[in-house]
Amino acid sequence: MVLLESLVQLMPDINKAFFETLYMVGISLLVAIVLGLPLGVLLFVTDKGLFLENSVVKGVAGRIVNLIRSIPYIILLVALLPLTNLLTGTTIGPTAASVSLSVAAIPFFARMVETSMREIDKGVIESAIAVGATSWMIIKDVLLPEAKPGLVQGLTITTISLVGYSAMAGIVGGGGIGDLAIRFGYYRYDNTVMITTVVVLILLVQVIQLAGDSISKKVDKR
Amino acid sequence: MIEVNNLVKVYSSKKKEIVGVNNVSLNVKEGEIYGIIGYSGAGKSSLIRCLNLLEKPTSGQVKIDGVDLTTLKGDGLRKARLKIGMIFQHFHLVSSKTVYENIAFALKAAGKTKAEANKRVLELLDLVDLTDKKDQYPAQLSGGQKQRVGIARALANNPKVLLCDEATSALDPSTTKSILNLLKDINKKLGLTIVLITHEMEVVKEICHKIAVMQNGEVIEEGEVYEIFSNPKKPLTRDFINSILQFDLPEQLIEKRKGTIIKIQFKGEIAEESVVSELFQRYQVKGNILHGKIEYIQDTPLGIFIMELTGEASEVKKAIDYITSKTRSLEVVHGAA
Ligand SMILES: Nc1ncnc2c1ncn2[C@@H]1O[C@H](COP(=O)(O)OP(=O)(O)O)[C@@H](O)[C@H]1O
Ligand SMILES: [Mg+2]
Repeated sequence: MVLLESLVQLMPDINKAFFETLYMVGISLLVAIVLGLPLGVLLFVTDKGLFLENSVVKGVAGRIVNLIRSIPYIILLVALLPLTNLLTGTTIGPTAASVSLSVAAIPFFARMVETSMREIDKGVIESAIAVGATSWMIIKDVLLPEAKPGLVQGLTITTISLVGYSAMAGIVGGGGIGDLAIRFGYYRYDNTVMITTVVVLILLVQVIQLAGDSISKKVDKR
Repeated sequence: MIEVNNLVKVYSSKKKEIVGVNNVSLNVKEGEIYGIIGYSGAGKSSLIRCLNLLEKPTSGQVKIDGVDLTTLKGDGLRKARLKIGMIFQHFHLVSSKTVYENIAFALKAAGKTKAEANKRVLELLDLVDLTDKKDQYPAQLSGGQKQRVGIARALANNPKVLLCDEATSALDPSTTKSILNLLKDINKKLGLTIVLITHEMEVVKEICHKIAVMQNGEVIEEGEVYEIFSNPKKPLTRDFINSILQFDLPEQLIEKRKGTIIKIQFKGEIAEESVVSELFQRYQVKGNILHGKIEYIQDTPLGIFIMELTGEASEVKKAIDYITSKTRSLEVVHGAA
């Protein structure tokens, strides 16, 4: 009974935190798609033996991606605080957290894009070259549609990782479910909050995974 | 239409160099169906892929319709490729696009408007007999149907040349036949020049006018199909021909025979003449046909018979001389000549 009461009391906080998490993840996901997708395509098409082979571009892009990906998120978060301040005028709250989340998400998703394009049969790309298609046409009409199931899977994994990262952002006052868990669950030893946030996170991840799987299946014509 | 001069393709990797095509020169006339046959690894794919520069030749010239492709790059090469169709062993259709969209893609590459493309796609679907499959995805089609889509896509921009890389090797015999018939039709109707590579002599026999035999990256024998079939020079060529004209008799059977066993090959018109019946009227010999077969190399008969002749030695000799003069191709398989 006491448990239920405290839960009801917490509802507004949990609700707010939940939407803050969605907001942060949503923004960074959007940035990942807008910037990470082209970066991933670039990584793929400049690879050896492909139609825009360019070892310099591939080398530089690949190294930047590896560099960012090798930094643990929590360190990236701190290191990017000046940039965050510059862009958003603050270092706390979900909007501020979105900056470092986006920076982490771009190379993460870019690699996912590259990997899913590697799975395309080289012969199909070749047949498009043989037919006289431009590079842009090959990207738009062959690579992206053919990689669609993999892209959806990659987006799913990126989203789930972002949910995890966004919880970490809570440590430095990023808002969201992680923030709630730290403030109430950890500093105030409130197990109800702790367990509730964990349950909410588990459910969220499950829903994302299920949705991702079903969309990926739907777009798969192979 | 196609002129290849001293074409060399070397694949270099860090460890070693592999010669794919070794100094090949070819000439394919307009409207010709030109077959390139060879075992796996002979360099056939390397050669045909150099014809539209999917593979960049290490040296040599590839002229198509008078233009040396090796001098082109970027947009020039892309435009040249619009006029060179290609189909593949494993079809290489875009799996996320419908039959219609796969064909329309080629037209889009040529800068056609939606309306122009639509009209042309419908024509092509009719040509390859797939109108009812237009909204299906490749995964829903049989191998033969996929290859028909491949052909429609390759023909979309009215190419002058069609390159076929083992186009029927993944298909069953009856589907192979229907695809070959389609290619033959297209060749006749549109006057399209076709280069096809294969490892099956059956395919060559069915539709090619000329043939080149490849081994270790080189063309070792080349000529009119009928000439090659009736008079192969290289052992490898003979191997390929034997794969469809082979009928060796069992050794024991030959040993048991008392007479002279001869193998006669009739070419063209003569095959239809009654050389054999004439023979028995003229000479005092008895004939016993042990085996016989007439192959039609695109409507021209090529007959091979194995026969045992018995009788007086002198008569047998005369008979053999007579056949030799009539057919120019007689081989004594066993016994005295
Ligand atoms: N991309 C490549 N890289 C390295 N070697 C290759 C490549 N393509 C073909 N080869 C080699 O070139 C030779 C000829 O191959 P290919 O042209 O595919 O022959 P075929 O089509 O007659 O089977 C083979 O030894 C093959 O291993
Ligand atoms: Mg091959």
